Amino acid sequence: MDKKKSMLSGEIASSALKQSFVKLDPRIMARNPVMFVVEIGFLITLLLCFAPGAFGGTVPRWFNIVTAVILLLTLLFANFAEALAEGRGKAQADSLKKTKKDISANKLGSGGAIKVVPASELRKGDFVVVAAGELIPGDGEVVEGLASVDESAITGESAPVIKEAGGDFSSVTGGTKVVSDRIKVRITADPGESFLDRMISLVEGAKRQKTPNEIALNTVLVSLTLIFMIVVVTLPFLSDFLNIRMEIPILIALLVCLIPTTIGGLLSAIGIAGMDRVTQFNVLAMSGKAVEASGDINTIILDKTGTITFGNRMASEFVPVRGIREEETAYWAAISSLKDETPEGRSVLELMKKNGFSYDENLGDGGEFVEFKAETRMSGIDLEDGRIVRKGAVDAVKQWVRSRGGSVPDDLDAASNAIATAGGTPLAVAVDSRIYGLIYLKDTVKPGMKERFEQMRRMGIKTIMCTGDNPLTAATIAREAGVDDFIAESKPEDKIAVIRREQAEGKLVAMTGDGTNDAPALAQADVGIAMNSGTVAAKEAANMVDLDSDPSKIIEVVAIGKQLLMTRGALTTFSIANDVAKYFAIIPAMFMIAIPQMQTLNIMRLDSPLSAILSALIFNAIIIPLLIPLAMRGVAYKPMSTSRLLGKNLLIYGFGGIVAPFVGIKLIDLAVQLFI
Amino acid sequence: MTTLSIIAILVTLLIVVALAKPVGLYLAAAFDYGSGSRLNRVFGPVERLIYRIGGIREENQSWKTYAASLICSNAVMIFLIYLVLRFQGMLPLNPAGIPNMEPSLAFNTAISFMANTDLQHYSGESGASYLSQASVLVFAMFVSPATGLALVMAFIRGLTGKGAGNFFVDLIRALTRVLLPVAFVSALLFVFMGVPQTFEPAATVTTLEGAQQTIARGPIASFLAIKELGNNGGGFLGVNSAHPFENPSGLSNLLQILLMMLVTTALPFAYGKMAGSIKQGRVLFVSMLVILIVMTGISLTAESAGNPVLNALGVQHAQGSMEGKEVRFGETQSAFYSVITTAAETGAVNTMHDTLTPIGGLVPLANMMLNTVFGGMGVGFVNVLMYAIIAVFLSGLMVGRTPEFLGRKIEGKEMKLIAVTLLIQPFLILVPTAIALATHPETISNPGFHGLTQALYEYTSSAANNGSGFEGLSDANTFWNVSTGIVMFLGRYLSMVTLLAVAGSLAAKKPIPESSGTFRTDTAMFGAVFVGIVLIVGALTFFPAVVLGPIAEQLTL
Repeated sequence: MDKKKSMLSGEIASSALKQSFVKLDPRIMARNPVMFVVEIGFLITLLLCFAPGAFGGTVPRWFNIVTAVILLLTLLFANFAEALAEGRGKAQADSLKKTKKDISANKLGSGGAIKVVPASELRKGDFVVVAAGELIPGDGEVVEGLASVDESAITGESAPVIKEAGGDFSSVTGGTKVVSDRIKVRITADPGESFLDRMISLVEGAKRQKTPNEIALNTVLVSLTLIFMIVVVTLPFLSDFLNIRMEIPILIALLVCLIPTTIGGLLSAIGIAGMDRVTQFNVLAMSGKAVEASGDINTIILDKTGTITFGNRMASEFVPVRGIREEETAYWAAISSLKDETPEGRSVLELMKKNGFSYDENLGDGGEFVEFKAETRMSGIDLEDGRIVRKGAVDAVKQWVRSRGGSVPDDLDAASNAIATAGGTPLAVAVDSRIYGLIYLKDTVKPGMKERFEQMRRMGIKTIMCTGDNPLTAATIAREAGVDDFIAESKPEDKIAVIRREQAEGKLVAMTGDGTNDAPALAQADVGIAMNSGTVAAKEAANMVDLDSDPSKIIEVVAIGKQLLMTRGALTTFSIANDVAKYFAIIPAMFMIAIPQMQTLNIMRLDSPLSAILSALIFNAIIIPLLIPLAMRGVAYKPMSTSRLLGKNLLIYGFGGIVAPFVGIKLIDLAVQLFI
Repeated sequence: MTTLSIIAILVTLLIVVALAKPVGLYLAAAFDYGSGSRLNRVFGPVERLIYRIGGIREENQSWKTYAASLICSNAVMIFLIYLVLRFQGMLPLNPAGIPNMEPSLAFNTAISFMANTDLQHYSGESGASYLSQASVLVFAMFVSPATGLALVMAFIRGLTGKGAGNFFVDLIRALTRVLLPVAFVSALLFVFMGVPQTFEPAATVTTLEGAQQTIARGPIASFLAIKELGNNGGGFLGVNSAHPFENPSGLSNLLQILLMMLVTTALPFAYGKMAGSIKQGRVLFVSMLVILIVMTGISLTAESAGNPVLNALGVQHAQGSMEGKEVRFGETQSAFYSVITTAAETGAVNTMHDTLTPIGGLVPLANMMLNTVFGGMGVGFVNVLMYAIIAVFLSGLMVGRTPEFLGRKIEGKEMKLIAVTLLIQPFLILVPTAIALATHPETISNPGFHGLTQALYEYTSSAANNGSGFEGLSDANTFWNVSTGIVMFLGRYLSMVTLLAVAGSLAAKKPIPESSGTFRTDTAMFGAVFVGIVLIVGALTFFPAVVLGPIAEQLTL
């Protein structure tokens, strides 16, 4: 999809660069306590650049200048990460805003007269008429007519969708384009509250609130920052007792290295990028909280039709009656479907190909196709040679054969009952007065679903299938798809009941839905994903909207939610683990002149005290931009057991977090010592 | 370090490990509010009598009421102890005619004993009357560990989703079911081993040389039993368990170590039992045991290596560094005792910690800074559970779930309270140390790194409610009395309130059923994360201070 923009388009990067400086404003900075401490450190070293002796210090001026520059870079890197994450959303919002501009509406007056007004003047309850080629001026419901609508402005999907009055496909979105026909629409949203408006503000991140988990993590980071402030502020008093002088810029360097700047600088970028990944995926999350919650889902409730199965019945087997070979049954089933364009009809020909049966494709030439009708409950073809081929409901075909003087094979009923009990639909095939057998129609599970449910089981997620089918049919499909549980003959109320039951056990429940009668359940679920093709009520009740209307996407949304939390956890661990190496760089350096034996602790054998401190500080700064791609993309997530996942991530980010800076700082020191 | 002494230590550890689970199950049963327990039939009548006299209603309290009951009752008792100490000179049971304690010292001592610290800025035999020692101080030595036990039980109940319980019921049960019986039996054992138990005044004897000598004595055995069992650590005599009357033999030394570890090593199992899975507790027990063994190893290695300067001079010291140690115990038992007393936050000493080798002195310091190597009576394990919650928080994030502990979500509110709690220890240790070094350097007997360690040790011991002294400080003055008094008080009670609030908040949550996606807290992997977090947070906080103290001292020897 071309909407998935590359991560670093030049435009986004250059505007992010500008934003990095704007965000230096202390009022903005104060929102991120960790980076605010860095900013204060920067201001103090900046002062020392001009007045190196301000605090009675003796470090050379160049050291102050270099320290100030590195601190400034640290700040800019962190700001850049945030701005970059925001920028991607902004770019998307801008393109949406273009859609919104200058739509005029054909407002229906009280007397039925049409008046052209700007879309911004429309209010809830107004009626408008939209004809082919026009943009729909606002969110609403089709009250009259049927039209195909191009929703690519929102979904990125170019194939138009049908919208008609009444039913579950009546909602239209402002900014989308009517391609054919003409509809009358009742406006359901005031200006500024429309779907498009909400979408813009969401992707812009204007209303972004910190999510509960982000707040919890932030508290830990602030606490660590305060602990390190206590450590660093008390240190000069301790060293004074030993008659060792502490230099202010060195203390600031120590503090900045110790406080969790890596995660502190990337935290908001991770959150924004997580939301953005959901958006890139064409799912619109109404809040970051919903994305986080999706990572915690214990139970997913899925509709059978359209989500787990194709929803239309497909031929899966040919069942001959006594005295007929399977090839014969198949042959006539195929002939009856030669010109049948229904999914069932096409599936018969596909099954022929799959099973390697052959039939005479030209036999139907000149024949007349008979469409399926509710009265006859049969379809078929009248061949040129006079033979009449029919397929249809078993009792209808039986009656038809009898009326033509034929007899019904005595094993037909048993065979058709067997199919029905197994959850399938039998279609009888007859030529003139003879019944050749049955086509076994079955609701087919979409390819790959079984593997997905298997994955979810490994993630600890229970899947429940809802279907209107009878229990037998439901059980068959459930077994085939590999879902954990199912509700047969389900009514909309049942869904709410299941959700409530699971929630009462303390589980978090996700569901997808599109119809108005799904709305209460969508609202009740912890994560409700409404299909964009669905009704306004469903979309209002849900906390996510899937613009592609693909219900199975809920699975990916769960993975994105998990990934979001994992990225935070991994980078926090990494950030804290880094401190070990930084201590071994800076602490010996601080005391080496007064206590030469401290060289023992300088296990990295860094060149000189000043180069050691600068190397640690430089590492601390450049690790932020190095990790931006990871923060944006998220930590790779493959469904596996939690203990294996933890083991893997601990190894990479915990152990790696301890080792990486030892290597990094040593390498930087090798470069830095050339200049000192 | 002989093979025999190593075996002695291993045997001691084995007994500690063997006792932990049965005692833990006993503790879980002792504090179970269910009526079916056999213990209720044994202890019920006495306890109900006490409840009636005390006007205690056996009803559940909210965590707020629980915390308020705990703080208020302890505050009242601190005040009463203060009064007795201030006027002990005029009160009975003072055969030695010991004068009233001066205000700042009485302030320090009252807090010290109620806060389970027993930091003594006075010498038992000359600073406190028999009344003070045997009634008021022993009273505090019973009530303060009972308070700690009550706290840990309420905290575990919170984590496992039960109500907090009733503080007064827990306090009485801790006394009747745990402390009094065990203390009584072990006091008798100590008497049997030769520890005096008498109300006679100090004996005055004529030595062989004809000189007059005053030999301090008193009701030492009863004092000693609860001193060790309750992780109090305050000595009846000034030199604490290095005195032959307070620790006559290797056997009494062993009993003291076992008593110190008895309850604190049992608590993980009590917790496992209460959480419905012994494995939950066992993983924490093993994690702490691993840290303890490593600490013991470091200490023994350092002490047996001795002082490199003396080694270079060719001084024979096959026994290791014996400076400041009792020959009765030798270098290994002394070093081991210093590790145990700081791991269990008891503070009893059988050797002069000041004279340990720098690294040998670093180990007790580290134990107290971490405050999670089993830790003191009740509070230590609460601290352990707090670190377990932090470990859960980080590992939960790393597997992509909102972290949950025992089925309860760890969210912003709990993390805020824990974040505040995490700040307490570094603040109470580092800030007063900095102030003391800057404003009162004359009270520190040594210059340089060792002097810094002395001050650091004193505040660490106070904040961790350990009470052992590094000694060498002129600490019997207003500055040290007041500052350590405040540190002990805040170190004890602040975290009690914040952590009870955590328990209260978790208890109110709806438990989430376990699934294969749940992060398990009873695995070796979790134990490793727990140990990693304890060590990294501890090391990151105190590394600079210990580098300037014991590490610099070692490097510059």
